[in-house]
Amino acid sequence: MRFVFKTNYDQDIRLFKHSGQVFWYGLLIAALLVAPSLVDEYVMSQLHFILIYSIVGLGLMLLVGFTGQISLGHAAFLAIGAYTEALLQARGVPFVISLPCAALFSAMLGFILGLPALRLKGIYLAIATLAFNVIVEEVITRWESLTGGNTGQHLKPIVIFGYSLASDAAFYYLCLALTILSILAMMNLLRSPTGRAFVAIRDSEISASCMGVNLAKYKTLSFAISAALTGIGGALYAHKVTFISPEQFTLLQSIELVTIVILGGVGSLHGAVLGAAFLIVLPQLISIAKDYLPGNVAGSGLQAVVFGVVLIGFIVFEPLGLYGRWLKVRTWFELFPFYRKGMFRRQKSYMKSERLR
Amino acid sequence: MSFFRVEKLGIRFGGVVAVDDVSFEVKRGEVYTIIGPNGAGKTTIFNLIGLIYPASSGRIVFEDQDLTGLAQHRVAELGIARTFQNIELFEHATVLQNLLIGRHRHRSTSLWEEMLFTGSVRRAEIAQREAVEKVIDLLDLAHYRDSRVAGLPYGVRKVIELGRALASEPRLLLLDEPSSGLNPEETDEMAFWIEDIKKGLGVTVLMVEHDMNLVSRVSDRVLALSEGRVIAEGTPAEVQSHPAVIEAYLGGAAVSPPLSPPLSASS
Amino acid sequence: MLNQLLQLTVAGVAQGCVYALVALGFVLIYKATETVNFAQGDLMMLGAFFALTASVTLGWPYWLTILFAVAVMAVVGMLLEKIVLRPVLGQPAFTVVMITIGVGYVLRGVVTMIPGWGSDTYTLPTPFSEGVVKVGGIIFAVQQLAVIGMTTALCLVLYVFFRYAKLGVAMQATSQNQLAAAYMGIPVRRVNMLVWGLSAGVATFAGILLAPVTFVHSNMGFIGLKAFPAAVVGGFGSVPGAIVGGLIIGIVEALSGFYLPEGFKDVAAYVVVLVVLLIKPSGIFGETARKKV
Repeated sequence: MRFVFKTNYDQDIRLFKHSGQVFWYGLLIAALLVAPSLVDEYVMSQLHFILIYSIVGLGLMLLVGFTGQISLGHAAFLAIGAYTEALLQARGVPFVISLPCAALFSAMLGFILGLPALRLKGIYLAIATLAFNVIVEEVITRWESLTGGNTGQHLKPIVIFGYSLASDAAFYYLCLALTILSILAMMNLLRSPTGRAFVAIRDSEISASCMGVNLAKYKTLSFAISAALTGIGGALYAHKVTFISPEQFTLLQSIELVTIVILGGVGSLHGAVLGAAFLIVLPQLISIAKDYLPGNVAGSGLQAVVFGVVLIGFIVFEPLGLYGRWLKVRTWFELFPFYRKGMFRRQKSYMKSERLR
Repeated sequence: MSFFRVEKLGIRFGGVVAVDDVSFEVKRGEVYTIIGPNGAGKTTIFNLIGLIYPASSGRIVFEDQDLTGLAQHRVAELGIARTFQNIELFEHATVLQNLLIGRHRHRSTSLWEEMLFTGSVRRAEIAQREAVEKVIDLLDLAHYRDSRVAGLPYGVRKVIELGRALASEPRLLLLDEPSSGLNPEETDEMAFWIEDIKKGLGVTVLMVEHDMNLVSRVSDRVLALSEGRVIAEGTPAEVQSHPAVIEAYLGGAAVSPPLSPPLSASS
Repeated sequence: MLNQLLQLTVAGVAQGCVYALVALGFVLIYKATETVNFAQGDLMMLGAFFALTASVTLGWPYWLTILFAVAVMAVVGMLLEKIVLRPVLGQPAFTVVMITIGVGYVLRGVVTMIPGWGSDTYTLPTPFSEGVVKVGGIIFAVQQLAVIGMTTALCLVLYVFFRYAKLGVAMQATSQNQLAAAYMGIPVRRVNMLVWGLSAGVATFAGILLAPVTFVHSNMGFIGLKAFPAAVVGGFGSVPGAIVGGLIIGIVEALSGFYLPEGFKDVAAYVVVLVVLLIKPSGIFGETARKKV
């Protein structure tokens, strides 16, 4: 097992803790860069979705996993990003401007949603975000003069400085670049005072405030950044599906986004990507399995059942999520044959009333 | 200019008067302890000073700055830090991160700089870590630096609470029952640290405490409270032998000899 | 005009009764275990399906159908608590909420897989015809009056239960202080399981009352989402609050459906809950509590 002997502060601060990490992540990036020439159109399409949902997952992970808030309404920001992009493109605004606008507008609305969050916690916050989602969806549906209502919006391929990104590979590289930038931005944030302030709010608000953390400022900031990332994901999503309509951004979508965070592993950036990948791959697996199952079972309900069972299973058996499982597997290999069962087991906790949190 | 004073402070919760017309002054560089039986309102006073809830009457003045009506997070920014009676650490973060959060008021970088992690952010980070290492050295926490707080023993967590408060380089330190839950050796260490904080770091300490030996050992002056009101103020010896204080603790006409003189420092 | 208002109000109250019952169901669970059961609507849906089978396939009379469905679902509720919820005792509230969401998915999916149920829409026969009743110039649907009447009856039964029955008092005790209840010899875990059973039963009752309006299909549980605004408005954790909140939401919806432009009816409940959360999060009957440091 590798032990890193630290002799200066930079070793603690920098992104890659040791050369092994540089090697493996470098390999991953290299593989991702050559992927378009190696995989077929279908896999490419799935990769598009995985990258897009990774960005959204990062946003939600920041809010839920690192700042300890809840949002059952993030599909609203997906919608806002998507519609901002669609409407600006329809008016001839270039992508390099419309994308930041989508992010900015989402951030503003995220900030607004963050304001009630200052006084609300737990289930109250969940319901407030849920209400927000429903209201945004309804506004988009009813404001037909602006959004086209239920007839939706069409999008044309992205054009950056005259260069068209209509091809699968070009769009892939754009998504990949934005995903990597988002991950880097989040990692940087988390190793600096702002990121630590978020974590402090998650673990003990009153304590954080007594240490000088302005709860109002950082909670709304977290909502804003989270919404901005989700808005960027929404803009990319709009271009991916080329046709958007209000019913793509319902509460069910919001819940799926939250499952990215839970399945991936709350509180880890890796988890956002792993969760997104799992969420995209799972329906494919179910489709394949349908061929082997009897007629009744292989209906439309199968996806719901599997989804529900997986969600429950993960929470009950693998609360640390996919990233947690990955850590355990990796530790098993590193420590072989000294791995002990229960190394990651948290102390059994008893129900603590959250009514007085 | 007075360093820290509380004037006619009072608060009522519904019909219950928890703190009633309490006034006292803390001089710079001293260790000032508040004692009193349970329910006397000691921690409530700390919560009032920390602006966790607003006082019904009176005011709090720190270095000529009136704290009334300020936002809660401003208290730390002004240079007042506190520990909590029932430890309020950041459980899922490491000890190092807990201490670094304690330095929040010394941050100097903006959000965009941080997302890009510019050179100035890196330099600021290193400065923060150097400052935190001094606290870790003082409190002997090096062994636990990278451990998650959640699994650590109670005595260590009390020390981390203290460390986090010290990391913010306060001018006034509020300690809420620093020795509760500690065994005699740990209490001894705590006494050493309080003396170190006072003499070595020049930090003024305002303390709530039950352990009379500790109180006698480290305090310059003591304030005794009972049922939300001040009943005595003076040196530790004066207060501990004050009849009203004895009555508050033991009730009725009980007479008991004054407590033994402070233990001499021993190892 | 006044007749119109009155008719709308009664319609709103009838719809509100359904919301009230669903809200009541999960307020019971919340009070006992601090769990928010997002699957309450889906329990309602499953209960309606059991009633459907009893009524249509087995041909039983309405009253027997209700008893059967409620009994079966009480068992389902208890099993849910024992198998799914108990292993995660102690985990943060957020993850438990996600588990209930997962349960909802499973219930919806399983219902579509069962032969005879599937994803079709069915009608549940009731003894209350399409008839109307005329009272002083105002026309009321018999259906609506029946809903209001039956809800009132159930509330009375529950009131008597919680006040006088040993089990009811025990449930109140555990919901206020689990440790103290345990010290008094109350089997807390078993009582929690029974609370889930009771809650599922109440949801079933709501589903049967709702069936004539929305018909029985696998997605009818989504109406249950409106029970959350109802519970919040009334004061989360308060049983009378759930009822009052449900009625308020029902009335607001009915009125906004008529007086406000199209689309407002769907969001009325959510706008109301946002307003309440901004002004007085603890709702009408709720209490605020603060952490003591």
